[in-house]
Amino acid sequence: MSLSARERSTIDLDRYSDYLNGRQRRARISHAIFLAILVVAVAALATLLYTVINDSFGLTAVVNETDPEVVIEEAGYDPATVTFTDLSRVQLVDVLAGGITRNVGRRLEREQRFFEDRLVFEGPAEWDAICAAEEPPTGCNAPARDRGSIIALVEERLVQPTVVATYDLVPSLLEREAIVAEIAANHPDARVEFRSWLSAGFVTKPQSANPQVAGVRTALLGSLWVIGVTIVFSVPVGIGAAIYLEEFAPRNRISRFIQTNINNLAGVPSIIYGMLGLAVLVRGLGPIMSGDSGSGRTVLAAGLTLGLLILPIIIIASQEAIRAVPNSLRQAGLALGATRWQTVRSHILPAAFPGVMTGTILAVARAVGETAPLIVVGASTFITTDPTSIFSKFTALPIQIYQWTSRPQDEFRNIAAAAILVLLVLLLTLNGAAVILRNRYSRKA
Amino acid sequence: MTTAFVSRRRRPGEAVIKALLFLCGALSIATTIGIVFVLGREAWLFFGSSEVGFADFFGSTRWQPQTRDFGIWALVLGTVITSVIAMIVAIPLGLASAIYLSEYASERIRGVFKPVLEVLAGIPTVVYGYFALTFMTPLLRSLLGVDTVEIFNDASAGIVVGILVTPLISSLAEDALHAVPASLREAAYGLGATKLEVATRIVVPAALSGIAAAVVVAVSRAVGETMVVAIAAGASPKNFRLGEDSLFGYLLNPFVAGETMTGHIARISGGDLSYNSIDYNSIFAIGLTLFVITLLLNVISRRIVERFREVYE
Repeated sequence: MSLSARERSTIDLDRYSDYLNGRQRRARISHAIFLAILVVAVAALATLLYTVINDSFGLTAVVNETDPEVVIEEAGYDPATVTFTDLSRVQLVDVLAGGITRNVGRRLEREQRFFEDRLVFEGPAEWDAICAAEEPPTGCNAPARDRGSIIALVEERLVQPTVVATYDLVPSLLEREAIVAEIAANHPDARVEFRSWLSAGFVTKPQSANPQVAGVRTALLGSLWVIGVTIVFSVPVGIGAAIYLEEFAPRNRISRFIQTNINNLAGVPSIIYGMLGLAVLVRGLGPIMSGDSGSGRTVLAAGLTLGLLILPIIIIASQEAIRAVPNSLRQAGLALGATRWQTVRSHILPAAFPGVMTGTILAVARAVGETAPLIVVGASTFITTDPTSIFSKFTALPIQIYQWTSRPQDEFRNIAAAAILVLLVLLLTLNGAAVILRNRYSRKA
Repeated sequence: MTTAFVSRRRRPGEAVIKALLFLCGALSIATTIGIVFVLGREAWLFFGSSEVGFADFFGSTRWQPQTRDFGIWALVLGTVITSVIAMIVAIPLGLASAIYLSEYASERIRGVFKPVLEVLAGIPTVVYGYFALTFMTPLLRSLLGVDTVEIFNDASAGIVVGILVTPLISSLAEDALHAVPASLREAAYGLGATKLEVATRIVVPAALSGIAAAVVVAVSRAVGETMVVAIAAGASPKNFRLGEDSLFGYLLNPFVAGETMTGHIARISGGDLSYNSIDYNSIFAIGLTLFVITLLLNVISRRIVERFREVYE
């Protein structure tokens, strides 16, 4: 039995339309899958930010060794009207001196003095002897402690607040009663307070071993000093190299080699640059990096290491910006009798400037967040004095985050999160500047 | 009759500037030489010392500086496990994002998602490390059980490294997809192909060299990534004995601690490190291994692009 031509074509058409529908269904499903996967990538960012913010705020249970009111009363002031912030520097130092042993005081003074013009815990003759030593303590050269850091010391040494429990933001908001009840049951003498770990005090206080009073000022200033050195070194050199490769370099083997080499350097892991800095700058050129006979683990060594790290990025970005300048500009300049450098300086660089700056800012932002090379170069693990020159020992914001994250206690996790927020705000500012430049640039073009 | 003589004036300033600019460019070569020299010299001292040898370094599977065991494979194992996990996460995420952004997304959707991926790429790695330890590890432990998943483990670090390199794959792959001429897509649509068919049978094969290069670069980035593994993967190398240790219970188990090459360098150099010690030299031997691996990967990636790129008129 055979089908007529007409019947056969109906069957084919049915099969064909099934086939078509299948293809289209697969296309629709895959569309949804692709979109879902992209959303997962974005959700990762959201989760990351959620984790950081969730840890930066929340309820804490704090137990004071001595309440601030008692400290003030023992020092002879009226706790009803006076708080630490009402006292002068001299009064605060007196309060502190009354509450700590002479040995602790001497250690603090060696770390950083309390007054520029007089000593509190040490005799002048002894002090001169201490400072004449081979490696004098930081207190000999660093400026005196400011009022804020003395208040922090009084709180740390006399009040001695200890966090006995901390809670994340979301449970703190949703299950407040349960948490308060739990704290009351476990730590009857604890004070429950809602705490923003990120605060003005957090940014202005120096580092401390007590997370309750620790701040990121030392680390933030350290980061700014290091980045300052990085910028001064790598921006002119990077732009110079880009100009050479785009405008001056003959098309020969050496130029090609330099170019390939730069591309390869951009792919070298950052920790390798740290090892280069450690062996060449810190160990080899240690005396130069410290300005005297120090260890070489200084702001200068760290800044130069990060400078070498972002150099290839700056060069590649600047090259692209310079390449985008229309050739007519070059030809016009040269035709009028300008030399190559005159053409570059007064025509090409101004035209390429926004692009160069955008790339440079993004590279600097990368350096701000780099941690691994600084660990290897030897950022100080614990340091409470602000850096004062390029020869200072230093710590940096990412290093601080790393150290606090590595501590098992919950409250260190909280201040690590708060420090991350400070770092992200710093980076957001830099990236914002880059975006503004890019927008101005693209409007002009 | 007067004749104007136009002669080439000597310009010493111009030559000085050119020389200075050349020095800026040459500094990159000095950097490379510095890296190779430093790593090579210290590694040479390491291999030359009486306590270790070449055969020990590449033949042993235990890294225990206390007992003078320096077998790189224990650290390589950690690096391989975290990198493989990272790629399992990053390749599908990155490629699907790239295909969606390049082939499906409207301008408005691109305008939302692209900046988000750029932000993701700009977040410092130490923040990802924090994320791994305070979010990913507790998540894995609550999903799979506290007994299965240790506090420090390669799985958590690997997944987060994967998230970290996703924007890199996505942006490089998208560039490659974007470079495929529109005429190819239009021809396929003209023949009645669906979007999926155009994407997977026309555009992706045409951009395959760029996509492969993107993946290789991402592998290199994952191998060299330090902070996430230093924070989340633990501080003990995964010493093993082939044939004795259970393959899936320990050797390839991603839920136990396993220090990577980069993590070990960071941990050792973060402590008090004295020069001329075997520990100091050993991290340079690891660094040299790492440098060679990443350099090879980057060269391979560039070769792929050069050799297999389809050129369209």
